[in-house]
Amino acid sequence: MTDAVRTTCPYCGVGCGVLARPDKPVQGDPAHPANFGRLCSKGSALSETLSLDGRLLYPQIDGVRATWDAALDRVATAFRDTIAAHGPDSVALYVSGQLLTEDYYAANKLAKGFLGTANIDSNSRLCMASAVVGHLRAFGEDLVPGTYVDLELADLVVLVGSNTAWCHPVLYQRIVAARAERPWMRVVVVDPRRTATCEDADMHLKLAPGSDVALYAGLLGYLRDAALGDAAYLAAHVGDPAAALKATPTIAEAALLCGLDEALLTKFYRWFALTPRVVTLFSQGVNQSSAGSDKANAIINAHLFTGRIGQPGAGPFSVTGQPNAMGGREVGALANMLAGHLEWDRPDEFAALQAFWGAPNLAAGPGLKAIPLFEAIREKKVRAVWVIATNPAVSLPAGATVRAALAGCDFVAVSDCVRESDTMDLAHVRLPALGWGEKDGTVTNSERVISRQRAFLEAPGEARPDWRAVAGVAARLGHGAAFAWNGPAEIFREHAAVTGLVNNGRRAFDISGLAGLSDDAYAAMAPTQWPCPADGARGGRLLGGGCFTHADRRARMVPTPFRAPAHAVSPEWPLVLMTGRIRDQWHTMTRTGKSARLLAHIPEPVLSVHPDDAAGLENGGLGEVASAWGTAVMRLRHDTGLRRGTVFAPMHWTTRFCPAARVNGAVNPAVDPVSGQPELKHTPVSVRAWPAAWHGFVLARENLGTDLAPWCAVLPVGDGVWRHELAGRGPAEAAFARLGGKLADGGAGWLALEDAARGLHRAARVREGRLMAVLFIGPDRVLPPRDWLISLFAETLSPATRRVMLAGRPAEARAADPYVCVCHGIGERAIRRVIEDGCDTVEAVGRATKAGTNCGSCKPEIRALLAPVLEPA
Amino acid sequence: MDPAPLPRTNAPEPGARVEAGARVEAGARVEACARVEACARPTGPDARAMRVVVVGAGPAGARCAEMLGAGSAVTLIGAEPSLPYNRVALSKLLAGDVDEADLVTHGAARLAALRVAYRPATRIASIDREARILRTDAGDDVSYDRLVLALGSQAFRLNLPGASLPGVSMYRTLDEVRAMLAAAELGGDAVVIGGGLLGLEAAYGLALRGMRVTVVHAVDRLMERQLDMPAAMLLARRLARQGIALVLSGSTEAIEGTGCVTGVRLTDASVIPASLVVMAVGIRPEVTLAREAGLDIGRGVKVDDAMRTSDPAIWAVGECAEHDGQCCGLVAPALAQAEIAARVIGGEDASYVAAADATALKVAGAGVWSAGQTEGLGAETIVYHDPDGEEYRKFVLFDGRLVGAMLYGETRDAPWYQSLIGQGRELTGLRGTLPFGPAFATPEFMEAAE
Repeated sequence: MTDAVRTTCPYCGVGCGVLARPDKPVQGDPAHPANFGRLCSKGSALSETLSLDGRLLYPQIDGVRATWDAALDRVATAFRDTIAAHGPDSVALYVSGQLLTEDYYAANKLAKGFLGTANIDSNSRLCMASAVVGHLRAFGEDLVPGTYVDLELADLVVLVGSNTAWCHPVLYQRIVAARAERPWMRVVVVDPRRTATCEDADMHLKLAPGSDVALYAGLLGYLRDAALGDAAYLAAHVGDPAAALKATPTIAEAALLCGLDEALLTKFYRWFALTPRVVTLFSQGVNQSSAGSDKANAIINAHLFTGRIGQPGAGPFSVTGQPNAMGGREVGALANMLAGHLEWDRPDEFAALQAFWGAPNLAAGPGLKAIPLFEAIREKKVRAVWVIATNPAVSLPAGATVRAALAGCDFVAVSDCVRESDTMDLAHVRLPALGWGEKDGTVTNSERVISRQRAFLEAPGEARPDWRAVAGVAARLGHGAAFAWNGPAEIFREHAAVTGLVNNGRRAFDISGLAGLSDDAYAAMAPTQWPCPADGARGGRLLGGGCFTHADRRARMVPTPFRAPAHAVSPEWPLVLMTGRIRDQWHTMTRTGKSARLLAHIPEPVLSVHPDDAAGLENGGLGEVASAWGTAVMRLRHDTGLRRGTVFAPMHWTTRFCPAARVNGAVNPAVDPVSGQPELKHTPVSVRAWPAAWHGFVLARENLGTDLAPWCAVLPVGDGVWRHELAGRGPAEAAFARLGGKLADGGAGWLALEDAARGLHRAARVREGRLMAVLFIGPDRVLPPRDWLISLFAETLSPATRRVMLAGRPAEARAADPYVCVCHGIGERAIRRVIEDGCDTVEAVGRATKAGTNCGSCKPEIRALLAPVLEPA
Repeated sequence: MDPAPLPRTNAPEPGARVEAGARVEAGARVEACARVEACARPTGPDARAMRVVVVGAGPAGARCAEMLGAGSAVTLIGAEPSLPYNRVALSKLLAGDVDEADLVTHGAARLAALRVAYRPATRIASIDREARILRTDAGDDVSYDRLVLALGSQAFRLNLPGASLPGVSMYRTLDEVRAMLAAAELGGDAVVIGGGLLGLEAAYGLALRGMRVTVVHAVDRLMERQLDMPAAMLLARRLARQGIALVLSGSTEAIEGTGCVTGVRLTDASVIPASLVVMAVGIRPEVTLAREAGLDIGRGVKVDDAMRTSDPAIWAVGECAEHDGQCCGLVAPALAQAEIAARVIGGEDASYVAAADATALKVAGAGVWSAGQTEGLGAETIVYHDPDGEEYRKFVLFDGRLVGAMLYGETRDAPWYQSLIGQGRELTGLRGTLPFGPAFATPEFMEAAE
């Protein structure tokens, strides 16, 4: 692709290189070390998500268009007044792994350095916080020791709590390709669900949700008993492992806690024990747990104990869910981090940062993590909040509480690309941000590779990069000099310089070697793996030779005694709800929801239920999942791949796509005690059929919104056509009339089919031969498939098609059976049958079928059918 | 028997054999002013055959005579001068879709081949049942062993001032259609009184012939016996588009004119100018002859299941007959009755069973079909309505079974609905696609049907 801009995919933490142009579909960047040209379904569809539909294009104050100056004045005033009245910790920022490193850096600098509060947390809290704690506790620093190549060099890859095939598809494809090259390579999946990732695996450990600690602690015990500890590595680089080794269950105990067959578990342990080149890749199934930090450490322990870390094809490997979760961690934009891997508990680093920033007010200690932060907002301890590039009203657990907290907050500013979101709807000030393809900066992927995101589109409307909005507020608060950047390169240099403060090899994260990049070099920067110190080795694996960041340079094996999930099932809440991603959607669908192609895979929010747990829950019906915290209603799907007693729901759907399916409303707010990461994968729930009186759908040439019915899921299906799936409780006839009114349009005529007794109502609106809208309502969920009707929107309707359109599907594909006798409606097939039965004259056929007995004009045809009988062979 | 007048055109000469398959020349008139019997009257053993006389050469009479055929000596007597023709197709003649020759159902050759003696232009004045002799109004006697009355109906003539003025026509016979066509050639305004099927056919034909037509209908919707309001509105819209003015709920007070028709005055005192007025306000069974002969009469000539009247030697079929309290007004049951009568006379044991009444019509180019009950207490309806597409389909179900249907627009699938009504099958699973015909029924449903 000539003239294409090299940039980086904005979805998962694999961080694939993308070649992009405004006018063509994107392609994978063959030169990028993450993907070497590959892209997944979401990445491939990026070009379909770039429309300006729904974009916020200018600032708003209280819903009214405003200038940037006025909007920033309002934000600055709110923050200044709130701090003046209630102190620095009465304000907060809630940011996102979608931010570029430069935006992240600016936000963190504003909060900690100049507002004087560490109340800045990121939606990475939902994603990576437990892994961060695992890394910090074990290594003394938040770092991933391995590289993607290790997944290809390993002889055993253990995928724990990761539907890699759907959530990190390009990495998964790399593993699959490596397996094809190296057939002895094994893949084990550890997941309560049989996911797509299991399809190509050698073993699936369908463990009880939340039991991963027991699995890996049991492994540690097995390795100890098998005397597989790497004595030399332990002696040289690891602190005393005794406590961790003591906190291990027996295999039998582990099997019991995990709900796994002991023999199968032993087999896995043997595989792990006998395979030096082993990578444990872990993701949200590990992190999103009240024992997430311990799960991470249990995994890391097994690798430290065997010295299988930082070696080719070996190591623990946390993969992130967001494009720049790593960047956020690097700049320190989490409430429990300071900046640039500098730490509060290392006073020389604190002082150095204070001096470097010229920030006497630098926050003195950790702030509020996401869940307590929103709790503090609810309690009015935090009274002004600025949310940037994330949608906590949907994505945090106990969503109703979060929405109520924001609704009751004195001041809410939201920076985002989209005009409407569950969070944006609660904002006093709305600030239009640049989106992917428009903004310019860097992101860091799961293997520490810093890649450039480059702009290839014009900034739309008055949208600005987030760092400029942050700098604007900082300037209004009197800190202009500290934020007087002329572009992202300048910010990046400053960030790189921070990582070099009192470092000298103390911390692995050192990119001070990039602090002198010229603007041109920054513009041209190729994917660069850290560390990049001013002097010394760059990139590559870490920790293989020890050199941990703890003061004694040794790793820690953290004891991980098993703890059950925070909330246990009960007779009232007998099932465990796990939430997660689906293949073709991303977070709250603000981008992927624009692509019909991506929505075709799973068009509606689906609650998967094991058939044995599904008494009274019809496959394809609607089900309400309820917990002590809330409810959600989704389409039910029976899935034998689930572990019995568990249900699974995607977390993507929002008010814009399906308000009833905002599953986080039902998710428990328990968090990991150390990482503060919510337990999104273990909420006790009950599921019952949602008693719909009618089901239906509307296809229209516009998005009619999600308030068409008590249950409504909306999605684009291409060419400007929108599909709305509906269900309701009142009389179908009334719903039909109401919906018909919503679809009315003076210029277009209606076709209607009504079977009121059966509750079946259908209508279509046609204007000048073009289908404008279709409305189908029926008494049950058995409605015609939508595809055929959707396809009709693209054509000019022929009279023949128009006549049968409300059948909702094309005619039955079967051998034509033309009428022979039109008077009596007798087809050729019936006539042939009686001929076979012995009717050998036209009259006999007539007596048997009535054919030909009225007008008689078909008698020649009957005679022709008889001909073989009449003419002796 | 007196020799008949000479044929005016193309009719077979008396005694002439006409080649099988010969047709009356296109465009020619279709009078058969000769008795077509000499050649058909068999000699030899057949001379002693049973004499069957069929009075009335409309579709039912002609079908009956045709069916009786060889076993009997059949005489078919028609009041009109033409060869037996398809009265139902008069509307096509009026509309210019066919010419007169196309209307003939039983040409001279066919009649000859069937050995049916045909006496056109012959009215029967009386029946002497005792002697089994018919007397024609010309004074001839015709003896019979078996007599079939297929006298059809009389068009109802409104008893209005001016109703007998020249330019006021019924719409029943070929001659009347010829008169309408002659009037239409002069152009001008026509009023059709009656918005039923016949009236609308007349209006449509006259409009196509260039007249400005107004239909005056006493009811609030057209064809109220076949259509409900939505379907009637579609039809009204269609007619309006074709330039036909409609006066619904309109009541005629008088036909105006001195010497000839000049207009129609309604009870609201408005006057619609007209040089031609067609009355198409209904028909009633023609029972005069039967009543005078002393047969049991209700609305029509009462018959049993064998179509036999109160006189065991006399049958009645078609519109003049009253079977089980019903007089039919459609050609299909009339033909079925004619066949039953013929078979019974021929010695078979046959019974007429009234089929679900189906009406298949073409009105102003739009198909109209209905069968069975089209409304009823406790019934469920499935209604398909596409006003712009000029489609309307209504299905009446009782107990989940189809008991009636009404189609407006496309009627291609009518036979299937007819068979569903006949079968009385439960339509479970079919309701969502019922209006779209058998092509949308599931294979399982269709298999089960066969």
